[in-house]
Amino acid sequence: MTSEPCFKLLPNGLAIYLMEIHTAPIISHWVWYRVGSRYETSGLTGVSHWVEHMQFKGTPRFPTSQLDKAISRTGGVWNAFTYLDWTTFYETLPASQIDLALDLERDRMTDSLFDPVEVEAERNVILAELEGNQNEPRFRLGEAVQKAAFDRHPYRNEVIGSREDLKLIQRSHLFAHYQRYYQPANAIIAVAGDFDANEMFERLTNRYASVSSSPMKADDAPLEPPLTTERRVEVTGPGTTTYLQLAYRAPAASDPDFFPLTILDSLLCGPTSLNMFGGGGTTNKTSRLYKALVETELAVSVRGSIQATIDPFLYEISATVRPERTPEQVLAVMNDQISRLQEELVPEAEIARAAKQARAMFAYGSENITNQAFWLGYAQMFARYNWFTDYVKNQAQVTPADVQRVARNYLQAQQRVVGIYLPESLPERAP
Amino acid sequence: MSQSVSRHSLPGPEDIVRTVLPNGITILTRTNQTSPSVAFSGFLPAGSVFDPLEKLGLAGFTAAGLMRGTAQRSFQQIYDDQETAGASLGFSASTHTVGFGGRSLAEDLPMMLKLLAECLLQPTFPPEQVERLRSQAMTSFAIRAQDTAEMASLTFDEILFAGHPYALPDEGYTETVAAIQREDLTAFHQRHYGPRGLVLSVAGAVTAQQVIDQVVEALGNWTNPDQPLEPLLPDVQPLAAPVRQHIYIPGKTQVDLVLGSLGPKRTDPDYQAASLGNNILGQFGMMGRIGSIVREKSGLAYSASTSLNGSRAAGSWEFSAGVAPENLERVIELMMAEARHFTREPVSSEELKDSQSSYIGGLPLSLESNAGVSRVILNIERYQLGLDYLLNYASMIEKITPEQILETAQRYLDPTHFVTISAGPHPSEV
Repeated sequence: MTSEPCFKLLPNGLAIYLMEIHTAPIISHWVWYRVGSRYETSGLTGVSHWVEHMQFKGTPRFPTSQLDKAISRTGGVWNAFTYLDWTTFYETLPASQIDLALDLERDRMTDSLFDPVEVEAERNVILAELEGNQNEPRFRLGEAVQKAAFDRHPYRNEVIGSREDLKLIQRSHLFAHYQRYYQPANAIIAVAGDFDANEMFERLTNRYASVSSSPMKADDAPLEPPLTTERRVEVTGPGTTTYLQLAYRAPAASDPDFFPLTILDSLLCGPTSLNMFGGGGTTNKTSRLYKALVETELAVSVRGSIQATIDPFLYEISATVRPERTPEQVLAVMNDQISRLQEELVPEAEIARAAKQARAMFAYGSENITNQAFWLGYAQMFARYNWFTDYVKNQAQVTPADVQRVARNYLQAQQRVVGIYLPESLPERAP
Repeated sequence: MSQSVSRHSLPGPEDIVRTVLPNGITILTRTNQTSPSVAFSGFLPAGSVFDPLEKLGLAGFTAAGLMRGTAQRSFQQIYDDQETAGASLGFSASTHTVGFGGRSLAEDLPMMLKLLAECLLQPTFPPEQVERLRSQAMTSFAIRAQDTAEMASLTFDEILFAGHPYALPDEGYTETVAAIQREDLTAFHQRHYGPRGLVLSVAGAVTAQQVIDQVVEALGNWTNPDQPLEPLLPDVQPLAAPVRQHIYIPGKTQVDLVLGSLGPKRTDPDYQAASLGNNILGQFGMMGRIGSIVREKSGLAYSASTSLNGSRAAGSWEFSAGVAPENLERVIELMMAEARHFTREPVSSEELKDSQSSYIGGLPLSLESNAGVSRVILNIERYQLGLDYLLNYASMIEKITPEQILETAQRYLDPTHFVTISAGPHPSEV
């Protein structure tokens, strides 16, 4: 009931990927743009995310008040996400209603209004979103660690942007960003679900063939030299809980070292589900760091995080420290476990286990049409679609020597940032 | 198999198999061969409604302890087995029930059901694990005390449901969890865990007969003749006067706001009318009328919406938002004004048609994954909605009128008696 994906490139540079899946009468439609915080310059942090918000503020054909209603009326869902390397918009709708999504996305690729009154209202909404984030100690720590991990590359900035920039950005900045990046040659459309692929190609071609596109120049982000000494950042704030976060420079997703690093993460912190939709996979209680930190009552929890990105980003390990322990005690144990990976070869059986885990995550993800359409576009934001389809195979090919090599190359103490969130000893409820 | 039927049919009496075992366990299954995976969910009546007040959190602590060691497996073995399979199993308590759920490849379902049975029947609550769970709970209480949204919501329930079990947080408080002994866990487990009232729902690449055989093998012999019935809960009385309270949490940048009143029970005849009304009020499109007023027109909040929480003995109808402290009073005024408007004038037929069409069109989306199907079927059983509930859903939704919504709103939403709770910094701090 599921076919292989098919592909078409329009003369204006728009790439279209389709996958027929006939298990439920729904279609998931995604439009991806190669723009995100990686493409932002100093003083304009957060501009990509703000443009994404403005895409919900109407076109002449779909005024702002009608957009949400039109989607909701179908019973469908829609949303958008801005990240480091990309911005994406999606709709999952009953199959019979899909023309609405096709019309809407076509329209807002070129015709969004950027009404000055809406721009100002959205400034407040985004500042409120930022304030909500900053209520979270882990957001504040993550923000500080990310900034310390890069000197030049825009990956140092939070996607939402800085408060200072969000106060100063003007409509003209937003509109210029929109015009530059929202065009067929910089976009990928991915559709999965209950349709006939030939018909769907025709519908998309009819809508997009006449849209002109200026050639996109490759946006090379500034090169970032390696870290040569360990950096430390401390953040203080309200609360009674201490958090520790380590950040190492990681390989790009297209680097062959990326797969051994995901296996290493799985061993250290537990497997991470790759599915954005379709839920998580399993727990991490038999991972090495859980045993060494949570079982020994040094930390309440520990987790790892590795992101698939165009340029080298970060491999992060975070722990919530138990109240009677210090972050230094937790750090010492993390160091021991990392040294062990650098010094001893991992048993083959542990790698086979990680491969089975990946197989299970894939099965969960393929239950879900939205998740299938997501991957069809997402993988191409940092590599090719076969990055996704070959993932299980590539993981299975990782050897113990590969894991040891990446542990030695990437997890060196002088190449990391150590971040600590220290709570101020505030009373729980003041008068 | 005819593709037009398999493609477009909703789960119903034709393909949901419901079986009750002699010991009282109810099994619901629906087969889906799309992907080689299965999802399961279930519950049994051992929730916090049985907790002594001074040991509030006991049901939750017991549920959290089930996977910490059994007569057959240590904590490490339990997690090693499930993680090796890329599978998951988890338990958590709510007021009425202990819920459980998990997923695995279909080939591993027998192993997961065996593990489920061991955890339900023979947990050992190892002392060191009990202490570890306790200290994790203490950390989560410390984090909760700093979480503006959680503190607003917790205080809202304490006041709205005063004197009723729904007023109390299922996870308890620092001092009540500190008072719980290991013996309390074993006693609670022995008394309240049993097959009567246990419901298990399975969806995925497995046949009904395979599921039934596997459950009989794992849980068919379980008995507990002393398992007590759930106590009858009193009705909740509406408040005699409005309540306004601010929980001061220093150092935060944003205030979380919850305001509202009692709502219908999930099984009340006016629940669906209230649900559609709530959709119009604070869900439809970008958070309904409330989203339009607070976010779209005024730009006063990133999120502002309403929710209807219908449970077995009572419900709540809540407005919520995260706002900058200086905008707090303005947002409260806007929400109150809309509540008055909503209880004075019927919704327009266009608004109602939109929400009806959204509910009906959205049904297949909620059934996109095995986990979604398993959850929906479980709720049909939980609230005794009937196996044909999904098939009748569209006509049930289409019958609701603007007048029914207005009457329902007038019955529950009285802004002059709202509970209004905010948590975060003082407006003067900013």
